[in-house]
Amino acid sequence: MTDGPLPADGASPEAALGRGPVAGRAPGERRVSSGFGRYLLKHVSGAAVSLLLVLFSSFFIFRLIAGDPIDQLTKERPVSPEQRAAMRAELGLDQPLWQQFIDYLTGTLTMDLGESFQYRRPIFDLIVERLPATLLLSGTGMVLAVLLGFWIGTRSGWKQGSRFDRGHVATGLVLYSAPTFWLGMIVILIFARYLGLFPVNGMRSPSTPPDFWSQAVDIGHHLVLPVLTYTAVVYAGYLMIMRSSILDEIGSDYLTTARAKGLRDDEVRKKHAVPNALLPTVTLVFLALGSVVNGSIVTETVFSWPGLGTLFVNSIFYPDRPVLQALFVLFSSSTILAVLCAEILYWFIDPRIRRS
Amino acid sequence: MTATNTLSPRALRWARRRQSLTRSWAAYRSQKTGMWGLVLLGAIVVLAIAAPVLVDESALSVTQATGGRMAPPSAAYPLGTDETGRSILALTLWGSRLSLVIGLTATVVAIVIGTAVGITSGHIGGWYGWIALRLSDWFMVLPSLVVAIALLAVLGRSMATTITVIALVSWPGTTRLVRAQTLTVQSRPYLERAKALGAGHWHQMTKHLLPNVLPLVLASATLLVPSAILMESSLAWLGLGDPGVVSWGSILNRASENGAVSAHAWWYLLPPGLAILLVVLAFMMCGRALEAVFNPRLRGES
Amino acid sequence: MLLEFKDLRVAYRGSRGRLPAVRGVDLTVDAGGTMGIAGESGCGKSTLAMAVLRLLPKSAEVSGEILLDGEDLLQMGWGRLRAVRWTGASIVFQGAMHSLNAVQRIGRQIAEPILVHEATTTPAAAARRAEALLERVGLPAARARSYPHELSGGQRQRVMIAMALACDPDLVIADEATTALDVMVQAQVLQLISSLVTERGVGLMMISHDLSVLSAVCDRAAVMYAGRIVEQGPAHEVFADARHPYSAALSAAFPVIGDPAARMNPGGLAGDPPDPVRLPEGCSFRPRCAVAVDRCGGESPELLAVPVRGSAGGAAEAPRVSACFVAQEGMPVVR
Repeated sequence: MTDGPLPADGASPEAALGRGPVAGRAPGERRVSSGFGRYLLKHVSGAAVSLLLVLFSSFFIFRLIAGDPIDQLTKERPVSPEQRAAMRAELGLDQPLWQQFIDYLTGTLTMDLGESFQYRRPIFDLIVERLPATLLLSGTGMVLAVLLGFWIGTRSGWKQGSRFDRGHVATGLVLYSAPTFWLGMIVILIFARYLGLFPVNGMRSPSTPPDFWSQAVDIGHHLVLPVLTYTAVVYAGYLMIMRSSILDEIGSDYLTTARAKGLRDDEVRKKHAVPNALLPTVTLVFLALGSVVNGSIVTETVFSWPGLGTLFVNSIFYPDRPVLQALFVLFSSSTILAVLCAEILYWFIDPRIRRS
Repeated sequence: MTATNTLSPRALRWARRRQSLTRSWAAYRSQKTGMWGLVLLGAIVVLAIAAPVLVDESALSVTQATGGRMAPPSAAYPLGTDETGRSILALTLWGSRLSLVIGLTATVVAIVIGTAVGITSGHIGGWYGWIALRLSDWFMVLPSLVVAIALLAVLGRSMATTITVIALVSWPGTTRLVRAQTLTVQSRPYLERAKALGAGHWHQMTKHLLPNVLPLVLASATLLVPSAILMESSLAWLGLGDPGVVSWGSILNRASENGAVSAHAWWYLLPPGLAILLVVLAFMMCGRALEAVFNPRLRGES
Repeated sequence: MLLEFKDLRVAYRGSRGRLPAVRGVDLTVDAGGTMGIAGESGCGKSTLAMAVLRLLPKSAEVSGEILLDGEDLLQMGWGRLRAVRWTGASIVFQGAMHSLNAVQRIGRQIAEPILVHEATTTPAAAARRAEALLERVGLPAARARSYPHELSGGQRQRVMIAMALACDPDLVIADEATTALDVMVQAQVLQLISSLVTERGVGLMMISHDLSVLSAVCDRAAVMYAGRIVEQGPAHEVFADARHPYSAALSAAFPVIGDPAARMNPGGLAGDPPDPVRLPEGCSFRPRCAVAVDRCGGESPELLAVPVRGSAGGAAEAPRVSACFVAQEGMPVVR
């Protein structure tokens, strides 16, 4: 696993750039010709199949492998066989498997995600409650990481081998090697415990006045350390991707043309090299959403940030299977949809892909 | 061309392999980060293997612990003690064994699966190949930690399940790489000749495709191991590791569960985490150097 | 004199040591004149072209002078150099697929140098000028909105030409500008270059390994070998009646269609150009020369005037020069 956008298959960003958006053609399928409609259809149907697979897997894991939930639900109190039968009927467990799967499918697609064993509340409500916190943390972290990574990566690659380059690559590599949760603990130790500058965990302090600005400042204050931790581990990946991409462009002839026209070095970099280098990297940002999810789960847990990540982790040991199942589907779907966004985006930003 | 000494085909093959190995080693050696990575890795592996010699296993026993409760470093306990009085130094040293073993085993399993699927998918092609590719792509998109947590939540906690789960989320990456290389090698003339000479699928895959794919796989493996180690440590820290064993992640799990952060017990937190960092860093350095051996454009980076 | 090279030397510092690419070149191009530089790969002609606007990599050591309108380009400060780039001299590169920015529209790329060098021009005005240039090179103005990959090879080369003329330079350097094109397209592009040169009175320095291309467009020609100029003179004379064994071999290598002597009898020269790190003693062409004498192994010949038999007395052309002892004696350079 990686808490950053570098691929988890053991390839460096240099190798990762060779891959475009996920695509594939079945043998015997006719070559898809140009046209946004066809392009969209192909990728949307691919995403739909992937989503279906996710739902199937979640059913497989949490119903088939996990076994009978009745035992777990009744472990604290003795129940008679009639009560068990009644519970089974209530949860639909007396139906044949394929029927259960259909019910599950229709339920999920209509946002009926069931009830949490632990909280005894609709899971949908739980998710809606906690989603903003997660988006705040991972959104901020990711934006910062991308901006920082790309900014440094561009300059690093442009001046390959310079002190700037070597220093930043080394720093990034070291930070990337640190386990996120450990970094979080160290950050808390230093900045919250020793220095007392920031709160130790959570999103809010109960003693804050209820007006909007005080609340906002309080949340912001709590946000600093988690975002710092998250960005520190993740930015290096984006740095390496962008650096690699710029390196790919450096020897190119069109840059010589630009120089010959009389542009300054930074103009050549900004107006010609960067747009070309940005092309593969923009989509990689979307394709790396899986690691964003990974990283945010861990970061939220370290800082007890009240988001979906802590909900997921807290549900493990109960075990609150419906919540685990729902969040599994949610997290997986988000990454699949991110890939779809990357593919759609690619159509608009790369003029070359629009021709058949 | 007549040669005065004719070597057997097998001897020729080995001579060629030795040659390319020497070349690769020279290319690897020219990179400083690669060499430092190797040194660091060597040191860690030596320490891990020598752990039972350096520290008696009884130091891990909770009942025999003699140190103070979460005591800071002292002469007797250079890295302090945990909440049960055990020496952190001993724990960290012993923890290395498990962290490395799990990481390496999971990687090996992942690579075996990934290579097998990759080669067969590239060689056999057709519907099987297409489905295998799509499946591995789908797998790769899913957030690995989420899948790992979900599986461990239902499968239970043990070393075997940890290794299985890590391997499961890691294998797809190798597949794509191997498949691409397989397709490249497939189009080469000597494979056609082998087929014409009557080589069956198994022979083609093991004697021709596999050797060509292995170097790439090796480079990829070197970057997969740190990934596996990081994942294991995260899972252990979350409390999903084997409860009976000591790994760096599990040490940190106990640390946070027992309030090491609020107790300012930096000696409890720093060593295991630093150990993870150093191992991962070492592997990354070697991995990048290895990649540069295969991709000359990346050479001279260090 | 528009462009003058004075004892230009370029060497590359590499892993193999110091590679001399240009070893003392003296050359002039007059205002409105057309000079062709011929030679095989590795002779240094492209290095010569890139040296003018100082586009060589950092590993290149350059010495000597390159005077453009009297100013030494090699001694200029960066600011002045950037100002002179494209306005004083511009380049038409080969292989325009990679020489153009793949993700930027053609019109913008042509207008870019206008906006860089003329601060008072608005983007709209620059765009209009770009469209006018496109039409002048035979492309519809609507093409300004195209991307490079949407054009054919010949069209891209026309775009490169249009771009080169954007700032009205005094000198245009064409570095293998037609090498990657089909013969028919090549003829069209050469025609275009010719007419533009005459129409705008720009000087042209054309680099090519293809003698037919050079003789179609250029008045004068120079032949390069192993980093030096070995012969120079009026283009058609250098190619039809060479005064250096290498030039003769170069011309002979091009079969003349319809000439019975050339059928089933390909010309060409055995051997390869010398390794720049290990140049032979004396004349660098000696190992491949059919008419070499003893003197050729001892000293390296200078570029000196050679007697030309049969030239109408007192023709007011620039003298023929050749770096060959045999030619300088007035002896024939082919066996």
